[in-house]
Amino acid sequence: MSDVKLTIDGKTIEVPKGTTILEAAKKLGLFIPTLCHLDLHDIKMVNQTASCRICVVEVEGVRRLMTACSTPVSEGMVVRTNTMRVLNARKTVMELILSDHPKDCLICPKSGDCELQDLAETLGIREISITGKSQSVYKKDFSPSIIRDMNKCIMCRRCETMCNDVQTVGALSGINRGFDAVVSTAFESPLVDTVCTHCGQCVAVCPVGALSEQDNVWTVVEALADPEKIVVVQTAPAVRVALGEEFGYEPGTIVTGKMVSALRQLGFNYVFDTDFAADLTIMEEATEVLDRLKRYLAGDKEVPLPILTSCCPAWVNFIESQFPELLDIPSSAKSPQQMFGSIAKSYYAEKLGIPREKMIVVSVMPCLAKKYEASREEFQVDNNPDVDLTISTRELAHLIKQANLNLHELEEEKFDQPLGESTGAGVIFGTTGGVIEAATRTAYEWLTGKELKNIDFEQLRGMDGVRVATVPIDDFKLNIGIAHGLGNARILLEEIKAGNPRNLHVIEIMACPGGCIGGGGQPYHHGNIEILKKRSAALYQEDRNKPIRKSHENPAIQELYKTYLGKPMGDKSSVLLHTTYTAKEKV
Amino acid sequence: MSASSISDIKLDQEKLHQLDDFIDGMSNQKGELISILHKAQEIFGYLPKELQQHIAKKLNIPVSKVYGVVSFYSFFNMEPKGEHPISVCMGTACYVRGAEKVLNEFKKQLNLEVGETTPDGKFSLLSLRCVGACGLAPVVMVGEKVYGHVTPEMVKEIIKEYK
Repeated sequence: MSDVKLTIDGKTIEVPKGTTILEAAKKLGLFIPTLCHLDLHDIKMVNQTASCRICVVEVEGVRRLMTACSTPVSEGMVVRTNTMRVLNARKTVMELILSDHPKDCLICPKSGDCELQDLAETLGIREISITGKSQSVYKKDFSPSIIRDMNKCIMCRRCETMCNDVQTVGALSGINRGFDAVVSTAFESPLVDTVCTHCGQCVAVCPVGALSEQDNVWTVVEALADPEKIVVVQTAPAVRVALGEEFGYEPGTIVTGKMVSALRQLGFNYVFDTDFAADLTIMEEATEVLDRLKRYLAGDKEVPLPILTSCCPAWVNFIESQFPELLDIPSSAKSPQQMFGSIAKSYYAEKLGIPREKMIVVSVMPCLAKKYEASREEFQVDNNPDVDLTISTRELAHLIKQANLNLHELEEEKFDQPLGESTGAGVIFGTTGGVIEAATRTAYEWLTGKELKNIDFEQLRGMDGVRVATVPIDDFKLNIGIAHGLGNARILLEEIKAGNPRNLHVIEIMACPGGCIGGGGQPYHHGNIEILKKRSAALYQEDRNKPIRKSHENPAIQELYKTYLGKPMGDKSSVLLHTTYTAKEKV
Repeated sequence: MSASSISDIKLDQEKLHQLDDFIDGMSNQKGELISILHKAQEIFGYLPKELQQHIAKKLNIPVSKVYGVVSFYSFFNMEPKGEHPISVCMGTACYVRGAEKVLNEFKKQLNLEVGETTPDGKFSLLSLRCVGACGLAPVVMVGEKVYGHVTPEMVKEIIKEYK
């Protein structure tokens, strides 16, 4: 593409044709303020609605002000980003937006992370001279995972772009017009009645407090204060490589030991690891993979293949509501969160000699769909949930700060045993490709009876949305598909519906771009997708640091099967560690 | 409201076939959502949730998108209209000449809010934007019949014509 020469604030630059003024300015180190705009090129999300008008600039020869985010550059263009006229317009636009926005910043869940708040500060808004009618009042919509407070919506429509274009879920759409216009669901139904998968990516991109998580921090505090309860905590793999960001650490810093120490000081009776349950998941899932593969290789053409991983709860919600005809192919293995809850309240409660009702299981997850998953009826015994409370990485950071703990000062500590013992295979569950790599490590050794020499399956790693790789297991070639982001998952599912032309045997799907490291409950990346790559690299580092890197070699897992479960997919493990899926018709 | 209860109302199968035939005859179905909704409202008289769900499924687009369009255009309605739909023009010309007072009088006389229908199914009350007869402002339409220079005092008489 040919280059275009232009001048911005007196500086000349050459950029490819089709570049926007905003991008050209960025190359010059000029940061034009934006609000609705969000460019996540790597995951194919570009929100360019140009609806907020904050990024207006003056272009010589053009009478009206132009939006930098959506105006392509042209040869000889002369742009000014900071004239009196521009600053005035920006201020007016900001005042107009604020005149129709609640002013309860002090108690808003996005306070401190709000792009509107930051912008008001940057622009030095000290009063709002525009008064008048406020927009319609919308009722808050509560779900177990996400809260929608549409009075705070500024109609940037990032959530809609994310839900429709990236995730292809289609739960959200702009509705009504004029003052009544808002982003909502079909027939303004509560989120739980819609096709929403609770992935929380809408929350991750919402610039304001319109979309936030169901905050369980205080309920956790109450549980910790109850002397009658034994409170057990598990932490998901992706949390340990992101939590540090909330305390000023560089993205990708591994804070596992400090996190354990913080949890212990917060008063949790036992600090355990979801990585343990991830290893357990591999035991069950790899057994299921091999079972189906062996039957398939023996000539049974009825075997449901490819087998799909089932760790990701948003992905499970997606297939239940959007591909009900494919419900026989996912692995029946519960997710690591639910396996942990199930084992904690059976095996471990028995070990402690307490009834399950006395135990409270708290999960720390990078995910909002995990909150929804924990509330599902399938995961309860006599109305007592396997996992009582799920908090996000962000909520854990709040909890730590409230307790006056300084992560920087804390000593590194180790998880409690036995449910804190884990391998490198368990920790890579947190990034795209990790679950299937962990499963392949175990499946290879079980199938061949030989020791796996090269543990790192580089061909399964990376950030491409849809990846396909073949892993030779002796003479057999295992065809593996990987997708992250539900839009990419849809591509693979349509392929399976069309007869599985690439003959895939196993598929790993993660609902969020990047996998759990990019989950809806992680510290906000505010559009900087490089952060995800650093978190991913940190997880692979954690894996390399582990003395044991194959799930089936985890001694605590071996002990669990020997003394309690019997064998994978046996009578006891089928009850405790497997689930079923139900088709759900939603709007 | 559970998702299953949404589909409880049964749509008239014959009308549904008529609509499906219309949709099947289109080349770019997804791009024709608005004309499909027009046709659907013409056939059914209104656009209930079940019908919007049917259209979404047929076009393979999210229900939320269909609802987004239906809720955007005041022409589309989700409630069945009465035998005599009364539309009060609230366009600029009519508004400045007192359309709001006329509308309020209709609300009072019929005990209705805009968008509602009387329990006997006879009248529904709607407001619309500019019918292109600004010289007659304020304008009221009952079915296809246009009334011009309407005052609140005339409202009772207009209703009487249809009782």
